Amino acid sequence: MPINYYLFLSLALFSIGMVGVLTRRNAIIIFMCIELMLNAVNLLLVAFSKMHHLKNLATSATAGADGQLFVFFIMVVAAAEVSVGLAIIVMMYRNIHSVDIQFLNRLKH
Amino acid sequence: MNVTPYIFWFLSVLALFSALMMVTSRNPVYSVLWLIGTFFAISGHYILLNAQFLAVVNIIVYAGAIMVLFLFVIMLMNLNRETEPQKNRWLKFIGALAGGCLLLVLVAALKDAELKSQQAMVGGGSIGLIKVLGKELFTRYVVPFEISSLLFLSAMIGAAVIGKKETSQTLNS
Repeated sequence: MPINYYLFLSLALFSIGMVGVLTRRNAIIIFMCIELMLNAVNLLLVAFSKMHHLKNLATSATAGADGQLFVFFIMVVAAAEVSVGLAIIVMMYRNIHSVDIQFLNRLKH
Repeated sequence: MNVTPYIFWFLSVLALFSALMMVTSRNPVYSVLWLIGTFFAISGHYILLNAQFLAVVNIIVYAGAIMVLFLFVIMLMNLNRETEPQKNRWLKFIGALAGGCLLLVLVAALKDAELKSQQAMVGGGSIGLIKVLGKELFTRYVVPFEISSLLFLSAMIGAAVIGKKETSQTLNS
């Protein structure tokens, strides 16, 4: 497949995640949109790694494996991030009984 | 007949549609389910690119562990359509407009890039297999791999500390 298709698919997914972050007020949904944006980047990294592999197939058999390992590390970091982030959201819900980010404007004052 | 383009378009439409439904559905539980659909479509793309290890990890970690965690928290808080806070219509419109502008700018910047003629290798190549990735991971990337274990340990401790029941004294201060 042409790499352009993967590029535009990833851009579209990333933009949808961005729209979700900007239009929703539920903290959990915003968090999920961030996960969607991470996944769009992952897809693009895999596509580029396969492109690199095809290009350098003659010189090195494992060209492009770095890209896929980066995706693996992104998933590792995302898993850690989700556990801490959800703990923070649960704590926020316990304190103000809502997950509405509208109430999180205390840094403004 | 080459069936790969059809699979590609089907998975792409599925991913985009699920993502749109995730953003627009009012009920948070439906949002989670649509996001799982998106993750499965992305895993399908990984399989199409012969990145089998990442496809399996994506399903296990994202669609399995992370989304179950989200679903668990949403059900714990008993969020549903009635309690869902809504932004007013203008803010939503402006947010969608800003996201559309971002997409427009990125596409306009990248549509004439030099990689136009490049191809992503579909259905071949061995770098996505667990043998090659494991060798790389445990030779050249062994230090980041060990550091990620430290990251997990700190995340575990952090989640436990944050999620602990606070005493009333710290709440008042």
